[in-house]
Amino acid sequence: MSGPGVAEIAASVRNGGRTARDVVEEHLARIASRDPELGSFLCVTAEAARARADEIDDLVGRGRDPGPLAGVPVALKDNLCTRGVPTTCASRILEGWRPPYDATVVERLLLAGAVPVGKTNLDEFAMGSSTENSAFGPTRNPLDPSRVPGGSSGGSAAAVAAGLVPVALGSDTGGSVRQPASLCGVVGVKPTYGRVSRFGLVAFASSLDQIGPITRTVDDAALALEAIWGHDPRDATSVPGRPEPLGADGEPGGPVPAEVAGLRMGIIEELTTMEGVAPSVRRAVTDAAAALEHAGAKVDTAAVPHARHALSAYYLIAPAEASSNLARYDGVRYGLRVDAPSTEEMNARTRAAGFGPEVKRRIMLGTYALSAGYYDAYYGRAQRVRTLLIRDFDAAYGCFDVLLAPTSPTVAFPLGSRTDDVLAMYGSDRCTIPSNLAGHPAVSVPWGRGEDDLPVGVQVLAPALGEAVMFRVAKVIEEAAP
Amino acid sequence: MPERAAPITPEEVAHVARLARLAIGDEELAGYTADLAAVLDHAADLAALDLDGVEPTAHPLPLRNVDRPDEVRPGLRRDEALAGAPDVAENRYFRVPRILGDEG
Repeated sequence: MSGPGVAEIAASVRNGGRTARDVVEEHLARIASRDPELGSFLCVTAEAARARADEIDDLVGRGRDPGPLAGVPVALKDNLCTRGVPTTCASRILEGWRPPYDATVVERLLLAGAVPVGKTNLDEFAMGSSTENSAFGPTRNPLDPSRVPGGSSGGSAAAVAAGLVPVALGSDTGGSVRQPASLCGVVGVKPTYGRVSRFGLVAFASSLDQIGPITRTVDDAALALEAIWGHDPRDATSVPGRPEPLGADGEPGGPVPAEVAGLRMGIIEELTTMEGVAPSVRRAVTDAAAALEHAGAKVDTAAVPHARHALSAYYLIAPAEASSNLARYDGVRYGLRVDAPSTEEMNARTRAAGFGPEVKRRIMLGTYALSAGYYDAYYGRAQRVRTLLIRDFDAAYGCFDVLLAPTSPTVAFPLGSRTDDVLAMYGSDRCTIPSNLAGHPAVSVPWGRGEDDLPVGVQVLAPALGEAVMFRVAKVIEEAAP
Repeated sequence: MPERAAPITPEEVAHVARLARLAIGDEELAGYTADLAAVLDHAADLAALDLDGVEPTAHPLPLRNVDRPDEVRPGLRRDEALAGAPDVAENRYFRVPRILGDEG
């Protein structure tokens, strides 16, 4: 079902064993046959992909190296700007809009030789945990089409899990890369805040958003991340300096070493034992920890007490930031307009017609949390809890090199089962949100099957800029997984 | 917080919708009020925490005042900037409905 991975494709295209055109045709055919059922793509750019593949083949024919992702088909979450290609954020308010520029990550993928094949479905403006909040219809989980793929990067995760592409980019504000990766049985990485440029990522919650890759293997995730990360002067929150490569001996592009001997690891007690974590998920974390111990790591229990309050803090902070960021959809500069006699009425009618219910809910919640009389009680208080959570992590990383936790509290749930219960849906993110609030990197790695034979993911968390050690741990988990 | 904050009312939700420039119909108010009340009630766990003297975190990076050289560089062309607009005047301006007054 899965097809060749990133490393395999790039190697064969670079050494002339296979043409990029042949690779892209294979993947376009998979998309054409499988995606009508899954709905993972909002837009497939087949002709541009073929033309791009031919350019790559031309470079190889002339003895040039197209780059570390030579001929690799990639899918892009549809909140990443693509020059001249519709970018909707799965919202009616941006339907038909074509950005005048590429996001930095798109430019970097092209520079590395990748072949974009289309834009993937998401919860509208990345607000959701199931991809059911898309204005253009839900995406289905390839392992069981009656279930959700998770979200908000559900289209990207489903496309990778179904073998439609070997790699897709998502964005992760509260778990939107890791949770769908977990529910679809693939690898999803949220890098350190600021590690990957967000220039050209449509903003949701600016102190939390980060772009990351979804792939079928840890090595493929490393290759993709190395292609897109690093400082970008166009993003003022970009971390200066050059990241440490992820391969053995600090080499880029190489396989990630499966080495954890001597590393200290802590299982986050609060996230693993909390109510609502399925038995299979809890068992996956302890089994993965046992495998790491077997590989030479030292495993203990870690305390991150304020992780219990992360969900409450997040659902004040993220909506507050969203209410500010989404003020730009005013019917003036781009997107939908619903006419009215005055500009204020035009703004209000445009936004009422263009945004779906979840986006409106979060805008109103955020506006309330920021409004006069409530700012200190809600937004200000949540920001102080964020400080306490970061202090907890700082203390834990004094004792541990990495931390372990569930990714999603449950396996993939049936479509429609949480859409009428706001808190049940928000609870899908309770194990992933702490990393966003702290700005730390985290990765979800598949660990066998749980309830109803659906995939389970284990989460590895690391301190800021700790991607190298995080990937090594992920690699050992991948190799030991049932 | 308001240890046991009074639940949010439909009037407050209507006010917030106006602040956020969202035309919300009266028939939608009850549903949004219930949803917002549920989230705010869940957040009551934060009220029990002792946060005296704890500084707020707005942003997880220790970056301050990121500057770039003050140089002229190419930006978006006017036609590119206007290309996505719903209404444009004279190929130069975003056109909007009347902002001031009812009649000239």
